[in-house]
Amino acid sequence: MELEPLKLEIEAAVPGCRLEIIPNLGPSAQHSLLVDPEDGLAVAFYLRDAAEFDFCTNVTGVDWPPRELTEKIKIKQIVEGVEKDVDQIRKVQIPGYLEAVYHLYSIERRLGPLPLRMRTADRDSGTHLPSLTTVWRSAEFQEREVYDLYGIHFDGHPDLRRLLMWDSFVDYPMRRDYVEPDDYEYEPTAHDQVLARAKEHASKAGAL
Amino acid sequence: MSTTYAPVSEPITDSAPVTGRPAPRPATPVLSGPDLPEQYLELSMGPQHPSTHGVFRMNVVLDGEQVVKLKPVFGYLHRNHEKIAESESYLGNMPYTDRLDYICSITNNWAYALAVEKLGSIEVPERAEYIRVITGELTRLQNHACLLGFLLQDMGASGTPLMYAFREREKVLDLFESLTGARMMCNYLRFGGCRVDLPPGWLNRAKAFLADFPRFLDEFERLLVGNEILMERTQGVGVLSRELAISAAISGPMARASGLNYDIRKADGYSIYNRFSFRVPLGSHGDVYDRYMIRFLEMRESVKILDQAMRDIPDGPIQNPAVKARLFRPKPGEAYGRIESPKGELGFYLISDGSGIPYRYRVRPPSLINLTVLEDLCLGHNVADVIAVLGSVDIVMGEVDR
Repeated sequence: MELEPLKLEIEAAVPGCRLEIIPNLGPSAQHSLLVDPEDGLAVAFYLRDAAEFDFCTNVTGVDWPPRELTEKIKIKQIVEGVEKDVDQIRKVQIPGYLEAVYHLYSIERRLGPLPLRMRTADRDSGTHLPSLTTVWRSAEFQEREVYDLYGIHFDGHPDLRRLLMWDSFVDYPMRRDYVEPDDYEYEPTAHDQVLARAKEHASKAGAL
Repeated sequence: MSTTYAPVSEPITDSAPVTGRPAPRPATPVLSGPDLPEQYLELSMGPQHPSTHGVFRMNVVLDGEQVVKLKPVFGYLHRNHEKIAESESYLGNMPYTDRLDYICSITNNWAYALAVEKLGSIEVPERAEYIRVITGELTRLQNHACLLGFLLQDMGASGTPLMYAFREREKVLDLFESLTGARMMCNYLRFGGCRVDLPPGWLNRAKAFLADFPRFLDEFERLLVGNEILMERTQGVGVLSRELAISAAISGPMARASGLNYDIRKADGYSIYNRFSFRVPLGSHGDVYDRYMIRFLEMRESVKILDQAMRDIPDGPIQNPAVKARLFRPKPGEAYGRIESPKGELGFYLISDGSGIPYRYRVRPPSLINLTVLEDLCLGHNVADVIAVLGSVDIVMGEVDR
């Protein structure tokens, strides 16, 4: 799907909105539209009402932890009095963020999928995004799931609670840096006893 | 001004404050305990009730027999399928998808294979496409037959309809067993084709099953379609409007029962569905009866597709030889692939970072999303109708909770 005309259309209808096309490098060519969280609601309403993307089928989160990109660049440097091209490795720090992705389809115009993305400021305290539940009802429970598993707080959501994990659960399990707690109940089994004896045997055998 | 969605009611119970990394959210008002008006009764239905199709719970507030509020509670079967999948290879995830909607494992395989094929731009040989259509439509037949049996069982038609439906399902499972080695967890499709070819004589057995199947439909229809008790229980109950169906992204037979002409087999034309002539049945009322009848009509259309597919299936390879399934490393990028599974739109969203393991793996579960309008369908109805409405949604908890 060509996004350039749609982007111009939205920019004309929602003045001052910050939009960006994120190209998809893979063969599926499903390019997505990145919208600034502040303009999220206005753009979503425009997409639903004017552009007829009325079917918001899938809402999900993606976690992008801080990354370091290394790239080789050539710079001109004077080496022993002669100007030369020298390879230099430059490291670029990309701060981490969480992303909410909405896959939109148009039932009448048979268009889609259009992935609409919003990014949070960071992964710690700035994980707030506007809720699009008022635009597409289907976002209600799926945003709850994203909140539950990724910890994105959707402002304006009517009932933002954990969906799949239990209420007293602390962390966000779908984040890349999530570590499983080591607090499973330990139950001795016959297998454990065999294993202990085998270990004992192995240590004796090693001593010989 | 554009219309906005507002929830039909406030939350029933409030969760414990969240103590994760971001600051806790302020508590929302609750209608529970001392705040609950005296004539109301708060009832927890499930999670172990037989009519909830697995471990599913509803918190219901009742005024006498009438439902005033209903909030579904999910997560009893949650094992974080997506997290597991993000540590497995692309091929290694195929058997896990069987366990999502364990009644229709082959369509789950298909949706996943389709998403991976989009991600890696993989061609599928013609014969494999036909086998996919045949096994997929057989899955649809047995899923719909089961659903009708379950629904009638839930409404008190004890035994007979369910046994009739399971008799037919058994025949399909036998076919699957001789083809894939497993009755339910088939793990049959691969990206770029299928795992094994049809064994000798399989197609003839499938044809014989198919020739018999309309007799089951006629029999079931004579027995139950015009049944007075059934009509009394289901007509006008749990009405879903077309507008709400679109806004809430309801898909599959449930959306079509509300008159929404949206069948992904027609809309996307994925695989080879544009070669077959079949119609998309639509309902006009969107009540439980329409959702029940849609399944009947869809089974008749599936029989038509199967007839054509079994007639036209060509010889040839069943697997694209260029695909190295075990060493599959797609280019960085992402893809969303979806199919019309028997329950609705089953989608897989994959992000690749160039390694052999998906960076992001998301299942778009039709059962969960069709279930999210449960409160809208049940408000104002009696407790007994909740069971009928839930039965007509067609859920499998393995897919809802993932």
